[in-house]
Amino acid sequence: MAEYRQILDRLYTHLRPMAPQGMTLEEDTDLISEFGLDSVNVMDLLLEVEEDFDISVPLNLLADIRTPKDLACAITRLLEAG
Amino acid sequence: MALFDKFNKLASERAELFPTGLSPFETRIEEVYSPTEARIGGRRVLLAGTNNYLGLTFAPECIEAAHKAIEREGTGTTGSRMANGSYGGHYALEAELGDFYRCNSVIVFSTGYLASLGLIGTLAGVQDIILLDADCHASIYDACRLSGAQIIRFRHNDVADLEKRLQRLKEHTDNTLIVVEGIYSMLGDRAPLAEIVAVKRHYGGYLVVDEAHSLGVLGEHGRGLSEEAGVATEVDFVLGTFSKSLGAVGGFLASNHPESEFLRYASRPYIFTASPSPSVIASTRAALQLLRDRPQLRERLWANATQLYRQLQALGYQLGPEPSPVVATLLGSRQQAVAFWQGLLEHGIYVNLVLPPAAPGGYTLVRCSVSAAHTPAQIDTICQAFADLQAILEQPDAPKPQGG
Ligand SMILES: Cc1ncc(COP(=O)(O)O)c(C=O)c1O
Repeated sequence: MAEYRQILDRLYTHLRPMAPQGMTLEEDTDLISEFGLDSVNVMDLLLEVEEDFDISVPLNLLADIRTPKDLACAITRLLEAG
Repeated sequence: MALFDKFNKLASERAELFPTGLSPFETRIEEVYSPTEARIGGRRVLLAGTNNYLGLTFAPECIEAAHKAIEREGTGTTGSRMANGSYGGHYALEAELGDFYRCNSVIVFSTGYLASLGLIGTLAGVQDIILLDADCHASIYDACRLSGAQIIRFRHNDVADLEKRLQRLKEHTDNTLIVVEGIYSMLGDRAPLAEIVAVKRHYGGYLVVDEAHSLGVLGEHGRGLSEEAGVATEVDFVLGTFSKSLGAVGGFLASNHPESEFLRYASRPYIFTASPSPSVIASTRAALQLLRDRPQLRERLWANATQLYRQLQALGYQLGPEPSPVVATLLGSRQQAVAFWQGLLEHGIYVNLVLPPAAPGGYTLVRCSVSAAHTPAQIDTICQAFADLQAILEQPDAPKPQGG
């Protein structure tokens, strides 16, 4: 999981510009109930992240992605699967 | 969390946006006078948000056909297409659509929504992959979910993004469905279909085009974007609806893959819901005939659409990317959009209000849809109302995507 930290940091660079005023972002911040994204924002975020990492993330995985950590883990697995 | 708690957010948003309790999403049309006029509350209004592209809802030929069918066959079929709900008219309409599209398999469903579920939700399974345009209609998203397939979204109308995703799939493209729309329902732009077909030809996959808003609107014969782009033979599946240019309700799938006939046995939205009523089928058949016989309807529609688009553009409104019978005006905050919508209604103009997430890109918008039945004078009336309401936009609240 050496890469995990770097992946998370790259995710933060996509997420920070979307942050509501005064909101700090942690690994376990709930992207919808705490960070304030709606389901379409999350899908649009995914488009950026997919481009950055050159992968396709099936929307089916979103059901289990609530936090930056969940997303970073999913990306790690997809990158490993090649 | 109790069962109904999930509605708390909706309830508070609704209370905040519509403090008087009257929501644009609960508009009640009291009387309908014509394809372009109705009464809402005490006010006679001009209808500019109806999807009634060819204005056929009051065509005497359609009304007469519906009357006759009711008298001959009754008010409803009371059964599914697979059981007692397939009358001669249902099969005749399928044959007529087959002739229109030059397809040997056409299946009529009870709505366009169900046609989408019936095709995509049945044909794609857990082992398969669906690549869909990000701006696809909710019916397509729901169909994808129903399928259980891997769902991959590509950037709206971005062929390079689609291509990258096909490349990543490597050899798996023979069980991949690519799904796009002819005209996108919210911003009125069309898919770059020739390029999409070229990419599909190179990498493989099957292409679905939902022509809900383009049937009767695009192409020399009104077949839709597939015809206009000259790629009809390379589109694997056409989805369509009777609820817009054909002025009724119902949907269909047209294909030249003979295997699609098996959907009649495999598709739950075909089997487990009642078929369209005889009168609906009869008016749809009459409307299809009018669509084919009267290309001038399409010409009127486009003249009106272009007039509206150009005039709103001249007023400085920010619109969808190209003139089309769907003319979307992008607005600022939700509050501003609601005020604008209400202002239009006070000026006697009914349009559709669309808020995120239904509107793409986080925009709020009011969506006009133009009809061949509008007169140029009515289009001017719509534009005059937009001109009168510009003050609402001068408040410091410029059009920009919300929350993302
Ligand atoms: C692109 C698209 N597909 C399908 C549908 C659903 O059509 P129907 O009204 O026949 O269910 C619509 C209508 O809203 C649509 O815009």
